[in-house]
Amino acid sequence: MRRRTRVGKRYRVLAPGGAGRAVGAARRSADGRVPLGIMSVPSTTPHPAAANSGDGSGSARPTPRRDLGSSVWPRLEPLLPQVTKPIQYVGGELGAVVKDWDAAAVRWALMYPDAYEVGLPNQGVQILYEVLNELPDVLAERTYAVWPDLEKLMRARGVPQFTVDAHRSVRDFDVFGVSFSTELGYTNLLTAIDLAGIPLLAADRTDADPVIVAGGHAAFNPEPIADFVDAAVLGDGEEAVLEITTIVREWKAEGCPGGRDELLLRLARTESVYVPRFYDVDYLPDGRIQRVVPNRADVPFRVHKRTTMDLDAWPYPKKPLVPLAETVHERYAVEIFRGCTRGCRFCQAGMITRPVRERSITTVGQMVQQGLEFSGFHEVGLLSLSSADHSEIGDMCSGLAEQYAGTNVSLSLPSTRVDAFNIDLAQELSRNGRRTGLTFAPEGGSERIRKVINKMVSKEDLIRTVVTAYSNGWRQVKLYFMCGLPTETDADVLEIADMAHEVIRAGRAATGSKDIRCTVSIGGFVPKPHTPFQWASMTTPEVIDHRLRLLKQAINADRSLGRAIGFRYHDGEPSLIEGLLSRGDRRVGAVIRRVWENGGRFDGWSEHFSYQRWVDAAAEVLPAFGVDLDWYTTRERDELEVLPWDHLDSGLDKDWLWQDWQDSLSEYEQDDCRWTPCFDCGVCPSMDTEIQIGPTGKKLLPLTPINGAGLRIPAASPQ
Amino acid sequence: MPIAFSQGFTPHPKISYASAAPTGVASEAEYLEIGLREPVDPEQLRAALDAALSPGLDVLDAVVAAGGSLADRIEASYWRIELPEVDPAVLKDAVAAFAAAEEVQVERMTKQGRRTFDARAAVVKIDVIPAPETPFGAAAVPCAILELVVRQVTPSVRPDDVLSGLRAVADLEPPVSPRVIRLAQGTLTAQGAIVDPLDADRDGAAIV
Repeated sequence: MRRRTRVGKRYRVLAPGGAGRAVGAARRSADGRVPLGIMSVPSTTPHPAAANSGDGSGSARPTPRRDLGSSVWPRLEPLLPQVTKPIQYVGGELGAVVKDWDAAAVRWALMYPDAYEVGLPNQGVQILYEVLNELPDVLAERTYAVWPDLEKLMRARGVPQFTVDAHRSVRDFDVFGVSFSTELGYTNLLTAIDLAGIPLLAADRTDADPVIVAGGHAAFNPEPIADFVDAAVLGDGEEAVLEITTIVREWKAEGCPGGRDELLLRLARTESVYVPRFYDVDYLPDGRIQRVVPNRADVPFRVHKRTTMDLDAWPYPKKPLVPLAETVHERYAVEIFRGCTRGCRFCQAGMITRPVRERSITTVGQMVQQGLEFSGFHEVGLLSLSSADHSEIGDMCSGLAEQYAGTNVSLSLPSTRVDAFNIDLAQELSRNGRRTGLTFAPEGGSERIRKVINKMVSKEDLIRTVVTAYSNGWRQVKLYFMCGLPTETDADVLEIADMAHEVIRAGRAATGSKDIRCTVSIGGFVPKPHTPFQWASMTTPEVIDHRLRLLKQAINADRSLGRAIGFRYHDGEPSLIEGLLSRGDRRVGAVIRRVWENGGRFDGWSEHFSYQRWVDAAAEVLPAFGVDLDWYTTRERDELEVLPWDHLDSGLDKDWLWQDWQDSLSEYEQDDCRWTPCFDCGVCPSMDTEIQIGPTGKKLLPLTPINGAGLRIPAASPQ
Repeated sequence: MPIAFSQGFTPHPKISYASAAPTGVASEAEYLEIGLREPVDPEQLRAALDAALSPGLDVLDAVVAAGGSLADRIEASYWRIELPEVDPAVLKDAVAAFAAAEEVQVERMTKQGRRTFDARAAVVKIDVIPAPETPFGAAAVPCAILELVVRQVTPSVRPDDVLSGLRAVADLEPPVSPRVIRLAQGTLTAQGAIVDPLDADRDGAAIV
């Protein structure tokens, strides 16, 4: 595949001059796409906001009451020439859907609370967007966090938080769903709520405001944002959004009886939607939680997570969004299974998404075919928490590689366990000539610490696997580790250097070349709710930074090997704040608010994150409650402490979690229940679910050649 | 679309743009070249691309390239700049001063840093044209309209550079954001007219 047989004639595409006003402008972006520009001022000419605008935007005049669902585009457009990457705000992507406002009974605004470039590729939002828009009487649009430059202009001109699809005000929707993969999006949530003109506090909202629903992994402890959201949904979203839609549709059809309160009550009665206002939290004199109890008779004591079984019945995304602006992932991503029972003790995703539910090889094949045909992407990402663990991963990769041989479609497995990767997989992944990056995550440097975290990967496995990759043409491999794990010592971290040195030594020996590299990437450990480490104390940023300095010295102690090893790390401070937010309770909401009021935005971005701002806000706000930042982060919890999320049921038995925590401290390993008997984590019986895995024994069949010249005209999206 | 890819470790689709309009500028005349692996019907290609692109980003025509480089046929651009709240008479004076100058040095940030260059020589034609009846709904607000033909040079002289030039020679400072539209691109005749760069391909295609 290194040589192209024949390059056909070049074609030219033209947009000749025409009469009338220009509607669009094509320009070249860095990645060679042709994004849409509807602006009319050179970006190099900054114009201060005109105090007395006469440009037709009407911004200087008091805004008359708009019709609900009307477009804010006429007021937004004049601002775009003045901001960076305006293309991210214009919408109109392939796969985007704009529906008739008046014909919709239930209207959702879906947000990923980060910039477009991070938010657009998010699978969760794309799936829910499609699931909802497939319903004839439901409309779903997307909104992303706006950068501070546009936020400032929107505030000055009174432009509300808008959706990118039809540029409607978020406040006009019935439901505002926000998906949190990480707690660092909380300040962006506040910006969006505030820009939308919705009261910041749920308690202050009226029937004119949407119901704000949080979802995603961070929603398994929504207590820090309990004051700002109206509800939270735990677990898989596909069926949850449909259930919420049904409840909203019926309530509206009945004439909205009982107002907002009644709607929230109906949601709460499902026992799978958590409505924080219906629960009271009492505290002990020492600051710990005494209890969390419903304050209404007909609300459940515990709220349970949703689990979508049979992923073959939910083959989304079918029509993936193709971004106009550059984004972090530009590929067709298909989840090949959900859930993971490898049992890594730090891994919240693995704990809260149990049991493992595989998508069958044939469904994956069909989704890839349709997804690529619709989108034109050249990369397929086979996603899951540990992709090489799929029972038919070998046949899946070879089948797809065979189907797309001779094309520019490449395959990637973003999460690959060292012990499940092998030479066959390596060859299938590199068949089309292009090798996507390989990342392995031993997580811990020493055998001892890997027993503590239950990531049972041996050093020999790692060396063998990485050498396999080097021998198959990869020049670069990334190794991911954590620092600050429970019981960790300096020595555990320093073993990372030995491991990296040996990887390079073995790689050089196997390939006979000095042209191989590895990157050691270190993240700070953050204890998460619903994991065996939920009781653990965090290591202070000072200790973490010290260990990282020692590690860097150790890596570079051997000049020759050190040159081939890249070293990337996040320092300890952001992790500490993430720790505050992930295990926080309702009192932490006041810290989030203070940080936001002091300008905190985009906390997941190192150039925007300010550790000092969080420390200061915590110091201002928390003493009134008799607690402080350390109390939430570096303090170890005991067995009997009521945790802020105890009333939220992930299916995991708290006694089992505690036992696993004790096993961790005695360096005792736990097997995977896919291959060994059930160890009673509690999820399957309490959630009425079961492991769904293959093998099915089926294979992927060759694709029939595409018709004629291979041109395909995408179906127009509904207007 | 059976698009061709570049060779090498990370193959890229073969697409090249000739003199793309700057960000924030409207355009009715952008051109690009696409390399394909096999011949396709240009009209089908146009329809497929148009359907995949955003509303407002319309693909109007496609022809088979008969040879030569598209970039060589983009000699000049025809621009219209609308300047709300600028008195046409004031603009006229500024334009006269600009046209009379031998050269007009302007500054702009480029990828290489801040550069100073002449914005005058590349301007083939610069005129103030009468505004339509009620251009912006509000009849009381004056609006001056400028039309430009600018030769494709290096560094490129863009509409904002000409506006910078008007600021330099006549202190013209538009109170609100100007609206810039590219109306045409192509080869330049001796009379200063712009010829559709695809005309030659249309003739060539007919012969093939």
